[in-house]
Amino acid sequence: MLALQLAFKNLIGAGLRTWLNVTVLSFAFVLMVFYNGMIDGWNRQGRNDTQAWEIGQGQYWEHTYDRYDPYTIQDAHQPISDEANDMIIKGELTPVLISQATIYPQGRVQSVILKGIDPNQTILELPTADLRNTQNGYSAIIGERMANDSKLKVGDNILVRWRDKNGMFDAMEIQIASIFKCDVPSVDKGQMYISLEVLRKMTNMQNEATMLIAGKNSELGPVEDWDFKTSDFLLAEFDAIIKSKKAGGMIMSGLLLVIALLAIFDTQVLSIFRRQKEIGTYIALGMTRGQVVGIFTVEGGAHSILAAILGAAYGIPLFLWLNSVGIPMGKENTDMGIAISEIIYPYYSFGMLLSSFILVVISATIVSYMPARKISKMKPTDALKGKLQ
Amino acid sequence: MAIIEIKDLVKKFPVGNGFFTALNQINLTIEKGEFAGIIGPSGSGKTTLLNIIGSLDTPTEGNAIVLDKSISELSHKQAAQLRNKHIGFIFQTYNLLPIYTVFENVEFPLLLQSLSASERKKAVLQALEWVGLTDKAKSKPNMLSGGECQRVAIARSMVKQPQLVLADEPTANLDSKNSHHILETMKKLNRELGVTFLFSTHDEKVMQHLDRIISLEDGKVVKDEIKTVTL
Repeated sequence: MLALQLAFKNLIGAGLRTWLNVTVLSFAFVLMVFYNGMIDGWNRQGRNDTQAWEIGQGQYWEHTYDRYDPYTIQDAHQPISDEANDMIIKGELTPVLISQATIYPQGRVQSVILKGIDPNQTILELPTADLRNTQNGYSAIIGERMANDSKLKVGDNILVRWRDKNGMFDAMEIQIASIFKCDVPSVDKGQMYISLEVLRKMTNMQNEATMLIAGKNSELGPVEDWDFKTSDFLLAEFDAIIKSKKAGGMIMSGLLLVIALLAIFDTQVLSIFRRQKEIGTYIALGMTRGQVVGIFTVEGGAHSILAAILGAAYGIPLFLWLNSVGIPMGKENTDMGIAISEIIYPYYSFGMLLSSFILVVISATIVSYMPARKISKMKPTDALKGKLQ
Repeated sequence: MAIIEIKDLVKKFPVGNGFFTALNQINLTIEKGEFAGIIGPSGSGKTTLLNIIGSLDTPTEGNAIVLDKSISELSHKQAAQLRNKHIGFIFQTYNLLPIYTVFENVEFPLLLQSLSASERKKAVLQALEWVGLTDKAKSKPNMLSGGECQRVAIARSMVKQPQLVLADEPTANLDSKNSHHILETMKKLNRELGVTFLFSTHDEKVMQHLDRIISLEDGKVVKDEIKTVTL
């Protein structure tokens, strides 16, 4: 307690030198919180969007289906069992049938994934109800990215060619019923959504599906003949990208932290050299060397407490403002291949704030302790004379 | 009653490949309540002897017993405790802590004794009264004259009511008027509180006030003279 009291007094008494270090350290602290908050916000939004638009609460896959291997699509379909059918009727699951196809927009050839989905489903945010609105029966909905890539507009007719269950080619025109905006590229790029029943007819796969998507009210558990994939499994790739982004951010804020810590280290070394007489006086007045080391260590470490206070003074209003207006990511970034909104709303959890604070305090204390150890080797008589080099 | 007993004390410092003998076979006894000084030219070993008595240094050979404690046998912690509770220091350059006020400087030794705030305040105000600086309690050292700074240092050394005060060249940086004032203050404290004062000095003005003068030359006691008190 005494060390803390004296350390803060010395620190405030040191004036500008202290505030320069504290300011740099507060930048590191605020940047660390800002970046982590942004990544956490992105993570939350991305996970929520991916769950809402693509994966639901989990998926049941046909055994051979592999989302990363297009060659599995041809055979990855099977009839829906009675047990699964009951869950579909209750609205706990929605079936999706997947097929590969080719479209010919303005004479060009483009591969697409055709996804058959129930127009009445409510599990995913996809505006599947639009599939009911077309006049001539065969309609599709596509995302903005797909519309841009293929230059398609609402109302356009597009020639689609596909293979049925037996490998026979067939083709017909499908009308674009609506174009939706979605932050999850894997829902949008190269995908066309048509009515499940239409696709089943087109491919001769009556009552079949490639996957069943679970909704919020589903009792997640094994369903006969289907492999259950948890949302964690389905989000693993997204999590890995977030992790790498976080690591990249840590390097950036780590660099700034190192600069701030170097400044504290430098200040401590100079301080111990310059304040030898003071150290000698402390010892002469009855302090042990350990207590003096404690004062200098706490003094250096206390930079981080002041940095947190200073950082909070300008960081809290900044973060509150960012939280209300969001951070624009630009349209280009939304095509990165993973779920990312045009505007990210940062998320600052108490745990993240606490861990950032602890990291800054511990590292500042360590760099303060290193030079302060020298005091324990000082001869008080030399310190009093200010003789040490 | 002896407060300091020094027996065959030798202090050597390493210099190059050999040693420099700063104190050589010192034998000395200081009684409680003495107002004594160690005099001698620069390099005669005055400060070294004072440092050993103050447990800031240890003898190479021999023994120094201060307040019944053998300095050579004290651990760092025990030595710190001895200094904190029983020994006051006054330095030539005052060694006040510049960012603290006069009150806080004087209070400092008491902070280490875990006294309550009210006890500390009472003791500090009393010590400032002894040196006549009550009105400067809120001033910082840089606002004080040299004489006032040294009086703060005296108050700081006296605030814990030690049994022994060691003053290393206390008047070296002061003019004669301030030196006289300082010495009168210390003499008064010696008389009224019975505190033992031991000086190191080569200042003639200080010598005039001392009751006992111990002369050191080349690390040896060459003369030990007790003045007769004239009424």
